Amino acid sequence: MKLDKTEDLKVKACEIRKDVVRSLGIAGSGHLGGSLSTADIFTALYFNVLNHNPQNPSWPERDRLILSIGHVAPVYYTALAHAGYFPKDELKTLRKLGSRLQGHPGREHGLPGIELSAGSLGQGLSVAVGRAIAGKADNRSWTVFCINGDGELQEGSIWEAAMSAGHYKLDNLVVIVDRNRVQIDGKTETVMRIEPLADKWKAFNWNVIECNGHNFDELIPALNKARDFKGKPSVVIANTIMGKGIPEIEGDYTWHGKPPKPGQVDEFLRIIDKNG
Amino acid sequence: MKTPISELTNKGDKPTRHGFGEGVLEAAKKNQKVVGVGADITGSVKMNLFADAFPKRFYSLGIAEQNCMGVAAGLAQEGKVPVFSTYGVFSAMRTTDFVRISVCYNALHVVIGGAHAGISVGPDGATHQALEDIAIMRSLPNMTVVSPCDATQAKIATEKAINALSGPVYIRFGREAVPDFTSEDLPFDFNQAQLFRHGNDLTIIATGHMTWEAMKAAQKLSKQGMEARVINLHTIKPIDKETIRQAALETGAIVTIEEHQVHGGMGSAVAEVVVKEHPVPMEMLGMPDCFGESGQPDELLEKYGMSAKKIEEAAQLILTRKRDKI
Repeated sequence: MKLDKTEDLKVKACEIRKDVVRSLGIAGSGHLGGSLSTADIFTALYFNVLNHNPQNPSWPERDRLILSIGHVAPVYYTALAHAGYFPKDELKTLRKLGSRLQGHPGREHGLPGIELSAGSLGQGLSVAVGRAIAGKADNRSWTVFCINGDGELQEGSIWEAAMSAGHYKLDNLVVIVDRNRVQIDGKTETVMRIEPLADKWKAFNWNVIECNGHNFDELIPALNKARDFKGKPSVVIANTIMGKGIPEIEGDYTWHGKPPKPGQVDEFLRIIDKNG
Repeated sequence: MKTPISELTNKGDKPTRHGFGEGVLEAAKKNQKVVGVGADITGSVKMNLFADAFPKRFYSLGIAEQNCMGVAAGLAQEGKVPVFSTYGVFSAMRTTDFVRISVCYNALHVVIGGAHAGISVGPDGATHQALEDIAIMRSLPNMTVVSPCDATQAKIATEKAINALSGPVYIRFGREAVPDFTSEDLPFDFNQAQLFRHGNDLTIIATGHMTWEAMKAAQKLSKQGMEARVINLHTIKPIDKETIRQAALETGAIVTIEEHQVHGGMGSAVAEVVVKEHPVPMEMLGMPDCFGESGQPDELLEKYGMSAKKIEEAAQLILTRKRDKI
């Protein structure tokens, strides 16, 4: 189901944010902040940018979406459910014993649409590089998208992977950095400075595009330009706000890794509706 | 009993890493999905045989082992059969979290070479002597751990690991030239340990380069009237419980020998089977919970207790324990 109109994408993102809040409320644990900062990115990908087929998750010609920051699984699962990979009702099982919706994505539990079991930060980009190398070797036309967190860029292995993607000129690889500027301990620039971020990627031989990660009219063209760029891998630095959609928690790093309390769920849903 | 071997003769010394390199090349000739990932020491780990023959299927990624492991996982996800080999200290330890999550949790068929395993690396010293790799790799779900006894077996095991197994595989091999004594015709099954010598007084279970030492020790023990059964445990995980159980039942005493820490390695894996299936006295030879040092391989093996002579001493001790039931 492709959504072309910005208004329709906004409505979908609003629905996804609300289901994220609902599923985290039921789960009683999990990461709300990053799930909301990436909600528009997931909406743009699954409802506009990606070539994919929810009825055939392993369709060989699909674009590959690698989620390196496994902790934003709640929004990943919600986007997949809304796209039609599995029933939305299953979102209620997030983090429960026996669920296919593990706290961090785990393919062995059989949830359709999961490309990689991940959650230990700094690994997804290397896997994405391997997949892009294979795609190039076999002359495949699909693109590998990889979602990384900004705090995650403090992992040294990210730069090993970035160096190799630049070296092999993997223009079938697009990294999306969720630049929400906070991590568990506080602001990224206080915990461990990652700026000048665009210059870092450029120095590793990447094409760099910056955009507002909450504005579909910027985000979707940026993702498409990144996909179409030839000769280098591309990174879209998506400037976002942790907790986006709920002004009461926006930018507050204490919301990185906690869910809404049971009494807050209805309140948050009303706020998202009002701001959506 | 399976695959008894009456006589073993050294065809000539050859490093097991050469067998690994030849195995990769053979596997790649038969299977075009085989690709290689390299972390700069291609010639040293003998991946150069493959890289020279199939340059377009070999990806040099520089001195970045974590990335190599993740890239290998990604290649496997797209249907390639990646072989990533570097020194065991790096492939099993520098990358452990990548092996655990990107490879094992995703259950991907990545073949990991652990080169320069054991203390016989010699003069390079402790930093480059992989002595904890078996313990770490065998604790990971989905992982197969292979430790061939000579170059011929390394070649056979490597080719089979690449083209006949599925899932993650760690295969360890050494740097130094060691006796190459098995035949290409010797049946090799990852699920079945190999009986190299009959005997019912005690059992010596060995892996890697130490199997030859075990055979030498058994011959000396025989001259003293003690007949040792020798088992080559080439695959540590999954472990051949039945062969170990039978050995415990029929010989009542077990000595294990490996070029690895005594804690958590092959001996520990055997002990896990023995205590459950048929408890008997055991002696475990290997690195005694310390780091190695520089020196010649034979000097180091002697100093740290991994030699035919040490096996003989352990055999004497275990037979006393068996007799006195202690």
